[in-house]
Amino acid sequence: MNDIVTAIRTVPLEHYVMLSFVLFSIGMAGAMFRRNTIIVLMCLELMFNSVNLLLTAFSAHHGDPGGQVFVFFIMLVAAAEVTVGLAIVVMMKRNVDSVDINQLNRMRG
Amino acid sequence: MQILFYLFAAVSILSALFVVAAKNPVNSVIALIVCFLSIAGHYILLNAQFLAVVHIIVYTGAIMVLFLFVIMLLNLNKSTEPQKSMATRIAAVIAGGLFLLTLLGAIKDGIGIANPDVYDGSVGLVKSVGTSLFTEYLLPFEVSSVLFLSAMIGAVMLGKKDKGQPDGGEISGAA
Repeated sequence: MNDIVTAIRTVPLEHYVMLSFVLFSIGMAGAMFRRNTIIVLMCLELMFNSVNLLLTAFSAHHGDPGGQVFVFFIMLVAAAEVTVGLAIVVMMKRNVDSVDINQLNRMRG
Repeated sequence: MQILFYLFAAVSILSALFVVAAKNPVNSVIALIVCFLSIAGHYILLNAQFLAVVHIIVYTGAIMVLFLFVIMLLNLNKSTEPQKSMATRIAAVIAGGLFLLTLLGAIKDGIGIANPDVYDGSVGLVKSVGTSLFTEYLLPFEVSSVLFLSAMIGAVMLGKKDKGQPDGGEISGAA
């Protein structure tokens, strides 16, 4: 077990934080960049995953399994969210014959 | 170890950029699968074995296949998507870059959390995560099954065709 601990410590925690910031920013920029609703959903998944990576890194470095349990719950919520989101995309394609996110402006938000 | 970290980091960032930049949605899905696999590699480097396996099964095995099925069902695998105006795209890139700069600026003097030096090699194993899940977090775990049930019902409700609805679009024949 000591080998694993020293192996985890070779990469500093700051680098994991930076990587997850970069991934989150790419996901956020992508959600604004694209008009295809499916790509926007995929960018949401990317942001979920950057947060998961951050939680796991902190959990491993602090020796607390609670963070990894939270990652598990985030995965559950993401699975439920994708199911409903893709059902909405299918319904949208059926009703307005497009997956362009700019079509969803009926509520004038 | 460090080389592996930087390799996985480069792969995940490049494939994430490709997800945003690819014209064809199927290429985006494939790039996202590569990104998720490299994130699973990060989990293995962090000794989070349970999470790595669950991540591959749930994300790469279930969610991305669902995305792929929807793209094929809707016949979207042609790049006829209308693009956003150039001003909006530039604004999106600038906003993302500024957000990244803000986040990186916040941690430039370290993350502000003293490293507690309580490393535990068994923390990511199934035993440790499972014990925590079924003792401390038992109630959220059970409640999440209700969440899944409601998501399932919601997906079926949204997905089924209304009775009086006219057949519009090309997918109604296949649905």
